[in-house]
Amino acid sequence: MADLSALKYTAEHEWVAVDGDVATIGVTAYAAQQLGDVVYVDLPAVGTQISGGAVVGEIESTKSVGELFAPIDGEVVEVNQAVVDSPDLVNAEPFDGAWLIKVRFTALPELLSADEYAAITGA
Amino acid sequence: MTELRTPLHDLHAAGGASFTDFGGWQMPVRYSSDLAEHHAVREAAGLFDISHMAQLMIAGPDAAAFLDAAITADVSAIPVSRARYAMLLAEDGGIIDDLIVSQNAPGEYLVVANAGNHDAVVEALTARIEGFEATLTDLRGHLALIAVQGPAAQRILEATAGLVQAPEWAMGHDLEELPYYAVMGMRFSSGGRDSAVLVSRTGYTGEDGFELAVDTAHAAALWQALLAAGEPLGLVPCGLAARDTLRLEAGMPLYGHELSRETQPAQAGLGRIAPPKTKTADFTGRAAVERGPGDDARVLVGLRAEGRRAARAGYPVLAGEEVVGEVTSGALSPTLGFPVAMAFVDPAHREPGTVLDLDVRGTRIPATVVALPFYSRKKS
Repeated sequence: MADLSALKYTAEHEWVAVDGDVATIGVTAYAAQQLGDVVYVDLPAVGTQISGGAVVGEIESTKSVGELFAPIDGEVVEVNQAVVDSPDLVNAEPFDGAWLIKVRFTALPELLSADEYAAITGA
Repeated sequence: MTELRTPLHDLHAAGGASFTDFGGWQMPVRYSSDLAEHHAVREAAGLFDISHMAQLMIAGPDAAAFLDAAITADVSAIPVSRARYAMLLAEDGGIIDDLIVSQNAPGEYLVVANAGNHDAVVEALTARIEGFEATLTDLRGHLALIAVQGPAAQRILEATAGLVQAPEWAMGHDLEELPYYAVMGMRFSSGGRDSAVLVSRTGYTGEDGFELAVDTAHAAALWQALLAAGEPLGLVPCGLAARDTLRLEAGMPLYGHELSRETQPAQAGLGRIAPPKTKTADFTGRAAVERGPGDDARVLVGLRAEGRRAARAGYPVLAGEEVVGEVTSGALSPTLGFPVAMAFVDPAHREPGTVLDLDVRGTRIPATVVALPFYSRKKS
């Protein structure tokens, strides 16, 4: 399991792991739990230019649709085909197996710390 | 809004349920997984707390005549121990709520209505009861309602400790042979206390099953006894999320989605119950539903799509570039594995086999009109 305290977060319930100029992005366990059983994941293609705040993907559960917001500006350099093929990974391993996209970014915006994110979710 | 809690709330919390607001009630939305709960009901059984449903007792010498005038069902023709599905209509034929009414003793009727429509139902019935020798008693806070749904439901009731048939109150029924939409009395003993349980063979999942009305003081003990007896048979507690996908597969309308004040019963495929062919009594909305909703009024259809993306309530239905309808409920069917939706469409597009497009957040997904329900249980 990833070290959750080392991750950054967004108010849209995404986690961001930064390694050099590449950010790995997924949704938090809280988001996965709120969504319920995830049955479909739609992700941007490799090479897509994304800009912070834009909707770049969808995470559907039996009950509802969640949007994936780009937390940063950059280019999608990798998508997780395993989670497209097995959307239930989002529920099972939100912080590990179910990372969604890797983005090469130009600048890192201000993101939430683990404590700040926990305050949002009331955890 | 008042945050109402059922007498089972603490058990749900202890059982790990997530909660959601539903009609002013804090209700369990799921315990473990929507899909696991859904599949349990199809394959074994699920246990639902539906105590948020409005329950009203109508009694008195004019009870049947009052209900005949107030709702669509031919209430005076309902024998003791039988239940009917019915509509409460406005004068213009619009649906105020859908109900189940049963006669549980001579001249004594239980009306079960939707939680979110509790106030509207009480208000409409109270206005219509004037002049009749009948009383309306709101049982909120007095009666809990628990549903056991699934192919193992009967075996679970038979195995439940303390739950026994009460010959003096069984209304001529035996649990094993209780017909669909029939009601019987049983007794439940726990901790030295004995209470009556009204058991009806009804439900909202498309499976065999029962709904048990019990006084609130005994609800938790009955829930635990059902669970203890049922767990070896595959029973799991279920939340509202599974209930919604189950009823959608079974083609059952939900108030606020398929049914509303702007909808006449015939548009939702419920013309056969309002007005019933044999009913002679006049009732509120009768003239309007006999005139009908108009030839161009949209009608409810089932839609089946390929792939895994589900349309949701409010999404447009297209024929070419023209918007010809709107989705009222949609999900990826857990049992069938493809997306299903119910939608109101212009009548020109209602025939099964018609191919339309669903606008799923900007992406067009072809969908074929199919007969409802999407899923029917195999009758043994």
